[in-house]
Amino acid sequence: MEELIIEVKNLTKKFKNFTAVNNLDLNVHRGDVFCFLGPNGAGKSTTIRMLLSLIKPTKGSIKIFGKDLSKHRNEILRNVGAIVEKPDFYLYLTAYKNLELLGKINRCDVSKSKIFEILELVGLESRWNSKVKTYSHGMKQRLGIAQALLHNPELIILDEPTTGLDPQGMKEVRDLITTLSREKNKTIFLSSHLLSEVEIVASRMIIINQGIKKVEGDVKELLNSEKLNVKFEVSDIKVAKYIIETSTWANALIQLQNNVAIFSLSENEVAPVNKFLVEKGVEVKAIIPSRSLEEYFLKITAGEI
Amino acid sequence: MITLIYIELQKIFKRWRTYIGFLAIGVLVPIIQIALFYEGDSFVNGMTRRLQDTFLVSGNLLNGYLIGHLILNSLIIHIPFLIVLVGGDLLAGEATAGTYRLLITRPVSRFKLLLSKFFAGSIYTASLLLFLAIMSLGLSLMIFGHGDLIVFTGKILIFSQDDLLWRFALAYGFALIGMITVFSLSFLASSLVENAIGPIVASMSVIIVLFILSALQFDFFEAIRPYLFVIRMNDWNKFFSYNIDYSTIWKSLEILIGHILVFFGIAAYIFNKKDILS
Repeated sequence: MEELIIEVKNLTKKFKNFTAVNNLDLNVHRGDVFCFLGPNGAGKSTTIRMLLSLIKPTKGSIKIFGKDLSKHRNEILRNVGAIVEKPDFYLYLTAYKNLELLGKINRCDVSKSKIFEILELVGLESRWNSKVKTYSHGMKQRLGIAQALLHNPELIILDEPTTGLDPQGMKEVRDLITTLSREKNKTIFLSSHLLSEVEIVASRMIIINQGIKKVEGDVKELLNSEKLNVKFEVSDIKVAKYIIETSTWANALIQLQNNVAIFSLSENEVAPVNKFLVEKGVEVKAIIPSRSLEEYFLKITAGEI
Repeated sequence: MITLIYIELQKIFKRWRTYIGFLAIGVLVPIIQIALFYEGDSFVNGMTRRLQDTFLVSGNLLNGYLIGHLILNSLIIHIPFLIVLVGGDLLAGEATAGTYRLLITRPVSRFKLLLSKFFAGSIYTASLLLFLAIMSLGLSLMIFGHGDLIVFTGKILIFSQDDLLWRFALAYGFALIGMITVFSLSFLASSLVENAIGPIVASMSVIIVLFILSALQFDFFEAIRPYLFVIRMNDWNKFFSYNIDYSTIWKSLEILIGHILVFFGIAAYIFNKKDILS
């Protein structure tokens, strides 16, 4: 049995008449890169804020490291590093000073070498003495990651950690997440809008909408249970239409438009369809599988699954 | 706790807004001192004209103690407006900047965070008063020298220069409690909202309204007047009398400290319950 790092039961948060999170259950295991997905306003940030005791739940329980957050808050937070939404710092202080002050509150090592080690990890060592007000959004995001890692926490909660980063920076953060999870055995709770990013790094995920859990599980298992939408770009759509509609693949056809035939196929059905079309004399110019997680996410949030 | 207070002090003293109060005192006091340096004799003559008809007035009447007392008397009423600039920003400023999220996700209880901010704000208040004391009394003694102090409180009181330093020390000590009461009010206002301007304006407004209420000589206000902290704040003056009315001073201290505890208590209750949405 894998050790539960986060265990949330019946978590509910109401703001007057509005229910932001509704009876949410979720489990995060040690070593997971757990992705928290949902459209804007789904209740992701509210949930993350409750996990970090920024917001008090209306109902339900949160256990982190097997301990009740409401009773062992300080003990738990000593082992949690987090970025919550946009990275805000004391703008009138330098990056170094920000990290030093925050580290002191955490009672962790704030020696010069430790702070520089973290600044190097996020690529800010050359700007250590600049006031944060001179930083770009991407640099603040990196500093946000630095402050989350400074005290070497077991659990890292990252709310949109790649927002504002350039492609290179995004890749670096993805690599960092993978390294922290695989090599340092950290547990990562990651909220992101970038589904491609989630697909690459996540081991487990939850999708919520309007405060309600829609699905939770292993990313690969959830996605493999779903068929892909695959676009076949063909030279002659009229011929293709006739051939497909008179074949057994007609049931898998979703749409025929502008020289493109869209099929709903499992991964191992793509090649046979291609072979069938080519053998029937239809020239296939391109095969484009739509992003599986994106499709899955849209279906889930639209209530189609 | 000491680390937390030290961190809060660093945050306070790294901001330019903190120095507005010091700058105001640092500019105003020398202006008053320069004016008195050139026109002080005629000012003192005007003050002691009645006295000169009956007595032979000798010695250095325009001395550092007189200037220090005059400046304290005229500026202490304005210091609250400088204190709320920092007090009103202490909590709301964190909300505006979004740094509540950084702070409250640390392994420290909200009460400790609040208490450390309160102590740091009180230390700022004390440092502002200390600066006022150094500028008004210390600098005046250096420029104008020592001498006996003449105080006009309806009647003329003369204090020997050997009998003054402890009175100033206690007066400043008392004034500090009064100023911490003002700071507590702005701190409470700061816990209520997420924009620093609101608490600063609200605290200033409350102080102005209470000053006006305290000046209105209607029977209707008589019952509440003894409990208005802005009236009690002025009791530092009682240390400059021949027979110090300690019972009134204690009563005033009780009321001021009571206000501090109530303001802080409400702020702590609100802060502890608050959902951090900024």
